Amino acid sequence: MSTMPVTERDLFVVGTGIAGMSAAVYAAKRGLSVCQAGSTGEIVFSSGLFDVMGVHPVAEKKLWENPWEAMAAVAADMPDHPYAHVTREEVEKAYGELFDFLSEFGLEYRMVKDANSKVVTPIGTEKTTWAVPATMWAGVEAFKNNTPALLIDFEGLREFSAKQVATTLGDKWSNLKTMRIEFPDSASMKPILTGIMAQAMELKETREKLYSLIKPHLDGVEAVGVPAILGLYTPGEILEEMEKELGVKVFELPTLPASVPGMRLKSLFEGRISTLGVDLKLQHKVFSITPLNDGRYEVTFGVQAPTEKVVAKGVVLATGRFLGGGLFADRHHIVETVMNLPVSQPADREEWHRTDLLDPRGHKVSSAGVEVDSSFRPVDENGEVVHERVYAVGSLLAHQDWMRMKCGTGIAVASSLRAVEAFVAQQ
Amino acid sequence: MQTQVLVIGAGATGTGIFRDLALRGVECMLIEQRDVNAGASGGNHGLLHSGARYVATDPHSANECKVEGDIIKEFAPHCIENTGGLFVAVKGDDEEYINQFPVNCEKAGVPCREVSPEEALELEPNLNPDVIAAYEVEDASIDPFKLSLENVADAEAHGGVYKRYMQLLGFNRDGGKITGARVVNTRTGKESVIEAEQYVNATGAWAANVAEMAGADIRMTYAKGSLLVTLSRLNHRVINRLRPPGDGDILVPGGTVSVLGTTSVRVEDLDNVAPSIDEINRNIDQGAQMVPALDTCRYVRAYAGVRPLVQLGESSSDRAASRGYALFGHEEDGLDNFITITGGKLTTYRLMAERCTDLVCNRIKVDAPCLTAGKVLPDYVQTEWAEPSILTKREWMRRHKSDDYLLCECEIVPKSAVDAILDSFGPDEKPRIQAVGLRSRVGKGSCQGAFCGARIAAHMYDRDLFEGDAGLDSMRDFLSKRWKGQRPILWDAQFNQAELKEALYFGLLNLEMD
Repeated sequence: MSTMPVTERDLFVVGTGIAGMSAAVYAAKRGLSVCQAGSTGEIVFSSGLFDVMGVHPVAEKKLWENPWEAMAAVAADMPDHPYAHVTREEVEKAYGELFDFLSEFGLEYRMVKDANSKVVTPIGTEKTTWAVPATMWAGVEAFKNNTPALLIDFEGLREFSAKQVATTLGDKWSNLKTMRIEFPDSASMKPILTGIMAQAMELKETREKLYSLIKPHLDGVEAVGVPAILGLYTPGEILEEMEKELGVKVFELPTLPASVPGMRLKSLFEGRISTLGVDLKLQHKVFSITPLNDGRYEVTFGVQAPTEKVVAKGVVLATGRFLGGGLFADRHHIVETVMNLPVSQPADREEWHRTDLLDPRGHKVSSAGVEVDSSFRPVDENGEVVHERVYAVGSLLAHQDWMRMKCGTGIAVASSLRAVEAFVAQQ
Repeated sequence: MQTQVLVIGAGATGTGIFRDLALRGVECMLIEQRDVNAGASGGNHGLLHSGARYVATDPHSANECKVEGDIIKEFAPHCIENTGGLFVAVKGDDEEYINQFPVNCEKAGVPCREVSPEEALELEPNLNPDVIAAYEVEDASIDPFKLSLENVADAEAHGGVYKRYMQLLGFNRDGGKITGARVVNTRTGKESVIEAEQYVNATGAWAANVAEMAGADIRMTYAKGSLLVTLSRLNHRVINRLRPPGDGDILVPGGTVSVLGTTSVRVEDLDNVAPSIDEINRNIDQGAQMVPALDTCRYVRAYAGVRPLVQLGESSSDRAASRGYALFGHEEDGLDNFITITGGKLTTYRLMAERCTDLVCNRIKVDAPCLTAGKVLPDYVQTEWAEPSILTKREWMRRHKSDDYLLCECEIVPKSAVDAILDSFGPDEKPRIQAVGLRSRVGKGSCQGAFCGARIAAHMYDRDLFEGDAGLDSMRDFLSKRWKGQRPILWDAQFNQAELKEALYFGLLNLEMD
């Protein structure tokens, strides 16, 4: 162990999901030296949609048109919810900085500032969200206006049936027609995956073949929808070209993970975050974080065993929940995996999940997690800060059910920003 | 609709009677509220008993098991994996019970062979090294679902008519005669009356309810048993605990998995039966004394079945209560064309069917002999997709046709298999996702239905089997039913999978928002 190389940094970020990536961006932009470690799986599961707040109270399934009013209501009704610690301005600022970074490298986002938007999902439901990839925007508007549109799906593409979307939406989008075609040069590639299609769409030849398959079917059609396959790296340019070639608006619909919008975020973050000076250690696991006598933290990490050591002035834990690996459930208890922080949780396993999957109240275990102070520093059961400069952000946090409240990315970016700014202020 | 004999309930017993009647040349119809083996016949271990489990408490049943087990192995070998079994005791188990075991086996005519602890460990390396006594017995594992499907198929081949999704609403009765069974097709809502000469109530745990509809009285109690399925197979043979019946005392292997059981909990409500977390914990804690790996292995799901127990006398314990069957002619209820058969166990289903069919035939004056014991059950039904992963992914990649692809990747179920299942339904039967789940491994793998559920739904929409949001309802239904079996085993990796499923269906797809 003593021969491990030791590096000194201002901040160590554990986790490479939306929360970890945004924390690294905010910290680097504020001039901090940042080392970041995590696995690569997480962000690819992102839908590419960015929420602020959609549903509250969960048990009443109350949908909010204005995300900021929803956020204020949550902060008032749920004093332990992460949103009770941050302001609307911080959420906007966090998203603003994040979108600036994404835009710089070709990923544009669209939203109505004071309203949630509705995105049609691949099963024909409506997903309430705030900011959507620019490649999906025409679909949001076309759905809202019942625009005559053609939704295309592909032979051998599972989990995406245009027919399903159209019949499920029914009168909500009565002017939606559907068509199934064979994706260019895919006859021998069944099943066909959206990631492969998106890669093929980077080629002009594939795109031209696709356009010629679609063109004969545009009578009376004002917009054309496809599953999210418009390229991995330059979706904006492909969208523009496709709209020009077809002479109608074009939009993508989200697909099931791992989806192309998630892959775009992943490749952008992983490929570009180093331009901010972040020292990104992909596929590295953090093995220990030990407080030192001088107030700093010694972090050991490596691919399979600890092989490197960083001494950092602060640590941001953006390790996610169970799937992300930040929390772990054994047969009796839930633990935090990196620093063994206190975890707020139901008394025993009997109370974790309801007997009915669709119980409108959601499952109690969905609100288990790490409790924090207003700087997002983990606290114990007495409300005492556990470590002076350790911060917990994102879905790891207790007292929120992001899946049902539709607030996951909003919490991720806002908590990351508050944590980074609190750390800067503490220096 | 008319038939000579109407059999109600397509569990092991009802399908067994259906085949028995058809083989005797009797015109018959089988109706089922849900689908094959929807009750206890689909919620058990899939154990073909050697009889050894019952030698201490019920030597008569033990011997019946031995005899019937041998018969079934002969006529339905394709439904059976002849694993053999072990009874094992570990340090601390009752010595008196252990010593009496071979004596009781001998008395009941159930073969057993003593094996040394060393040999037992060699046969089953996952056994607790502290095993102190072991006996080899003739247990086997059986696929109850395939068995019932084959019985239905053979009956159909001999003129029988099977109708699923037929819910019984009541009986028309004229004095001592039932004149018709009022039914509704739960898929179409269409009501009709089925007229028969004899009516057979083979509805298992629901037998008392159905008897009541006919104006007859049966007293029954219900014991829920919960079991859990491991991700990978831990044992070659059936492993039983050599002690009086209790939680976590049996581990039945089948295909690529092992099934651990069984609890016994009195229940009143038959329609909301789910394994509880407490039962699952007890099974694991007890089972791990026998096979320590049960404490740390990964489980894929749990399930529960309800044993119908007929109260013939006073019995203090459900476990000690007779696992024998009960056959009622209902003459004392003033009925001369209504018969109830219930109770019993999977291993003796054929015998129960024979006795019941004898009574039916006696009443309708048919003297054809029972043929089910000797006549090999043909292998009609493609149930390969219902069995645990018959293919490895690599084999699949090598073998499949170029236009075919997997809809379920965890359990390797291709589109062609799903199509074959969907094609087996009539135009007015409107299969839902659950019907595919019942006939294949879809939804039973590690993704817990997260991806395959959405894919099957999309595929069924493409085949015009769903319209409007009917497919969303079916997805909710499918996921909710699978959830019952997942909730009790959500820790470690299974917990993470459940979170992925929720993130997908609720976080992204808003399926919870109606």
